[in-house]
Amino acid sequence: MSANQEAALQKEYSPQLGQPPGQPNLNLLKTETRTQENPEEDPVLIKIENMSRVYHINRGRKKERFTAIQDFNLEVRQGEFMTIVGPSGCGKSTLLDLLAGLSFPETGHILIGGQEVKGPALDRGFVMQGYALFPWRTISKNVEFGLEIKKTGKAERRRAAQAYLDLVGLTGFENRLPYELSGGMKQRVAIARAFAFEPQVLLMDEPFAAVDAQTRELLQEELLRIWEKTHKTIIFITHSIEEAVFLAQRVAVMTSNPGTIKEIIDIDLPIPRKSGDLKSSPHFNWIVHKVWKSLHNQEDEELRETENPDIENEIDPDTAL
Amino acid sequence: MHITRLKQFYTRSIAIILFFLLWDFSARFGLVDQFILPTVTQVIEAFGRVIGNGTLWGHFSLSMRRTGSGFLVAVVVAIPLGIVMGWFAKAEEYLDPLLQLFRNTSILAMFPVFILAFGLGELSKSAIVFWGCLWAPLINTIAGVKGVDPILIKSARSMGISVLGLFAKVILPACLPEILTGIRLAAGTGVIILVAAEMLGASRGLGYWIFYAQQRYATAEMYAGIVTISLIGVAINFILAKLEKHIVAWKRQMQ
Ligand SMILES: Nc1ncnc2c1ncn2[C@@H]1O[C@H](COP(=O)(O)OP(=O)(O)OP(=O)(O)O)[C@@H](O)[C@H]1O
Ligand SMILES: [Mg+2]
Repeated sequence: MSANQEAALQKEYSPQLGQPPGQPNLNLLKTETRTQENPEEDPVLIKIENMSRVYHINRGRKKERFTAIQDFNLEVRQGEFMTIVGPSGCGKSTLLDLLAGLSFPETGHILIGGQEVKGPALDRGFVMQGYALFPWRTISKNVEFGLEIKKTGKAERRRAAQAYLDLVGLTGFENRLPYELSGGMKQRVAIARAFAFEPQVLLMDEPFAAVDAQTRELLQEELLRIWEKTHKTIIFITHSIEEAVFLAQRVAVMTSNPGTIKEIIDIDLPIPRKSGDLKSSPHFNWIVHKVWKSLHNQEDEELRETENPDIENEIDPDTAL
Repeated sequence: MHITRLKQFYTRSIAIILFFLLWDFSARFGLVDQFILPTVTQVIEAFGRVIGNGTLWGHFSLSMRRTGSGFLVAVVVAIPLGIVMGWFAKAEEYLDPLLQLFRNTSILAMFPVFILAFGLGELSKSAIVFWGCLWAPLINTIAGVKGVDPILIKSARSMGISVLGLFAKVILPACLPEILTGIRLAAGTGVIILVAAEMLGASRGLGYWIFYAQQRYATAEMYAGIVTISLIGVAINFILAKLEKHIVAWKRQMQ
């Protein structure tokens, strides 16, 4: 990224001063549609350099160090949808915590818009596994939570919450309490809440893991639609390779112990995407297989050497980790 | 609709009505000595008399002031203290044994200490009520804070919430059900403690009055006092239970 671009980005991207309070910029209300002619031209928004994360474990007098992430480098462009896959325990959630500013790297840097991450802030929205809705707040009040922290005025909060609840298809449920919703609906609320305060970046940790297959497909398409409308930068973690390929412009594959990026695979599928036809197309399945292979040959490197090449055609592309 | 209401009223009151009938019957027909147990009508008469001449009101209002002040101060101290202790797990680990020791020491056994410290005046009564009312809300608040789902805290923190905001918008509402239960327990304890304290060392108040009525063999007045106290207890419980039901509907539904 050129110095020029970087300066321009910093100007455009200033988390604290982004929008005057009381006026959330509802990008989604415009109907621009994302095009993917030249994604490489978008400036880099998130830059992780030689980052490592060490957990310090205190067991009474015994102090242990556990390196969860090491030699981690990654660049995510503005407006990009990136998914991350990797074996369980490889440090994906750890990575999102770092990006959210909830914890800090041992070495290296995490830069967002050219600035070091110093802690959590409303320029990033975090959708955690397990919804994390406030059970005493109505759906609409849940969505307003970030805006309250932002000190947005009441009327404006209402309007923003309504707009995003409409967007995720929950019109009419504003005054329900979370326990009155299904799992898929709760997930939608969590997404609406993260989008509502207009963060530049969305961090999503296996958000669809707890819903059934059909709802999951629906939510995937919905998320893509919202992304196309809002131009957010999304980092999305999943255990399903198919989901990773379907959603992303690029899929990052991680290895474990310690966690690091193994390979980044470009997904050159057309946008907008529709589940049905796309997921059964040979090209889609070829990419799924490519990611699958990248994930699996790290686990048994030697085995791969003697592997029969024909076996590749027999692998179920739906394989989840 | 009306029928079900009526039926519910019947279900809820029949045992009490039968109890009073049995009481009155036993006293009226000499199954129990009227000196020990006067008839219900005699008690009602005594009630009317002490309400009419203002005796009951004097003792009642004084007792309410003593319980109310001790109780309110206890709750106001217990909630923030409980939140802080629940939040700083390390501090709680150190302080919990002391807390358990205090809580399990009979509250009334401490009354002489309070008299020594604060004299026989109003302060010692309010103070013993404060002491008795402190533990339930404190321990419940601590347990509530420790039980807040960490993912909710993490979620709020990820949005850059301030520490004060976190307490006000997440911790406090999340443990409100436990806090309210603690408050309800404390209110009950408060009345019990006060009555006993007033019997031990006071020259006015409901507890004193009941005790004194017995001393001068005014049994009907004594029962009027006892009934007053149980009415207070029932009323407090009713109000707090209503409040609890209204405020923490989300919790009840979740289970
Ligand atoms: N608080 C912690 N203290 C010590 N070690 C931790 C802590 N949190 C995570 N770890 C370790 O760091 C590694 C990465 O954990 P992390 O939760 O990031 O994995 P993950 O990739 O999200 O796994 P999964 O796919 O199962 O969610 C694991 O080996 C885990 O044991
Ligand atoms: Mg994880």
